[in-house]
Amino acid sequence: MQKISVVRIFMTLALILTSLNLVAKDTDKVEKEGAGDLKTEISEFIDHHLQDSHDFTLFSDKETGKHYGFPLPVILWDGGLKVFSSSKFHHGETVAEVDGNYYKLYHSKIYKTDAEGTINYDEDHHATNTKPLNFSITKNVVSMILIGLLMFFMFSRLAKSYKKNNGIPTGLGRFLEPLVIFVRDEIAIPNIGEKKYKKYMSFLLTTFFFIWLLNLLGMTPLGVNVTGNIAVTFGLALLTFLITNFTANKNYWGHIFWMPGVPTFMKIVLAPIELLGVFIKPFSLMIRLYANMTAGHVVLMSIIGMMFLFKSWIGSPLSFGLSFALSILELLVAALQAYIFTMLSALYFGSANEEAHH
Amino acid sequence: MDKLINDFSFGLFFWQILLFVGLLLLLRKFAWKPILEAVNNREEGIKNALESAEAARKEMQNLQADNERILNEARAERDGMLKEARQLKENMIADAKTEAQTEADKIVAQAQATIEREKKAAIADLKSQVAGLSVEIAEKVVRKELADKDKQLALVESMLGDVTLN
Repeated sequence: MQKISVVRIFMTLALILTSLNLVAKDTDKVEKEGAGDLKTEISEFIDHHLQDSHDFTLFSDKETGKHYGFPLPVILWDGGLKVFSSSKFHHGETVAEVDGNYYKLYHSKIYKTDAEGTINYDEDHHATNTKPLNFSITKNVVSMILIGLLMFFMFSRLAKSYKKNNGIPTGLGRFLEPLVIFVRDEIAIPNIGEKKYKKYMSFLLTTFFFIWLLNLLGMTPLGVNVTGNIAVTFGLALLTFLITNFTANKNYWGHIFWMPGVPTFMKIVLAPIELLGVFIKPFSLMIRLYANMTAGHVVLMSIIGMMFLFKSWIGSPLSFGLSFALSILELLVAALQAYIFTMLSALYFGSANEEAHH
Repeated sequence: MDKLINDFSFGLFFWQILLFVGLLLLLRKFAWKPILEAVNNREEGIKNALESAEAARKEMQNLQADNERILNEARAERDGMLKEARQLKENMIADAKTEAQTEADKIVAQAQATIEREKKAAIADLKSQVAGLSVEIAEKVVRKELADKDKQLALVESMLGDVTLN
């Protein structure tokens, strides 16, 4: 009986696949010319996804030009605070008029224009219109607020569960506590040292979970890309840079400006190199996280896009399988990048606190 | 690089720093400090408990060793006492034996001496009785013999004949 049913399932599957293929073949001829368009559309879509956005679009219908999602508040400083909903832009299709000023959304950026919404370009096809100071609550800001609330909710509950339960975590805390201990025992203590790690724990824990959860949020179909945004990674790396240099001891600066144990001539040569290193270290943090997350999103979305380009029952399942495998890899990368960022930050804090051992 | 700078949004950077620092300060107060403290306390508690358990184990071991030692001592003492008692008993028996022996010897010797003395006395008595009896018999015989004068004279004659004048 079982054998027969398995055979039947196979038959139906084969039937469905071949019929789909037939349909695909029919439409192939029609869409042959449109294939080039589809490719540019996919690449534009990926480009758009990597950018921050002024509205939270979940999906769009290309044919009717309808977008499903919700608008977000726009906050501009242009000779005064201007706050309005991003629905005024109609996804870049119309010019928004606020207090007699005209603004247009162009490639996810807000430019000041005239009433017709003219955008002027230079020879490199860059818009030359002035950009007002933009403090809008964008999609990335919303994502960060959401993750911030989630983190606060999770960890304050964990903290409370200790008080209630005599020092033993319950529920979700059982999962979170080992992670907190992991950051302490595997990241902070080995890199900073038993004596001084405590004052850095808040930053390291917040950074680790902030990056990790935002990376994971980037894996959801919501299509956010916060940690793959240069402004966000710059902010994180800047904090590491500031904390490193403001908590550094005499020994750290001694190693930079007057390297002990080398001839005087070498000290002079080494000083600018070491000073450069002070900036390169956090810079590498910024680029590493940005590049890894952006590359992950680009590759994953390209492979998903390939499904629509192939339109055959070999290519599409193949790219589906590939994107599935890659998604799992990206889940690992999400945790790994959070770990690397935190670990290297701890390493820099450790070097800033190293005692002289000569 | 040009693209990176072009993509850089100051507004997002501003919000990121603001949100992150705010989150950090909030979490530090409401989450990280109490969590790390609780974990630390618990770890200290476990460490202390383990240490005291180890100490108790050692104490127990010491006690057991002490007990063993005391027991051994008591056993040795008991053995010594038993041995001593046995020795004492043997000595006493031996002493009693020798004493009894000497006493018995003495009694035997005394008895022998008494027997000897009694024997001598008896002999002496016997002797004197035999002598008396002989004299009596002799007297009776003589009296009978001397009842008539002839016989008396004959006897005197015989006796005188026996006696040699020295």
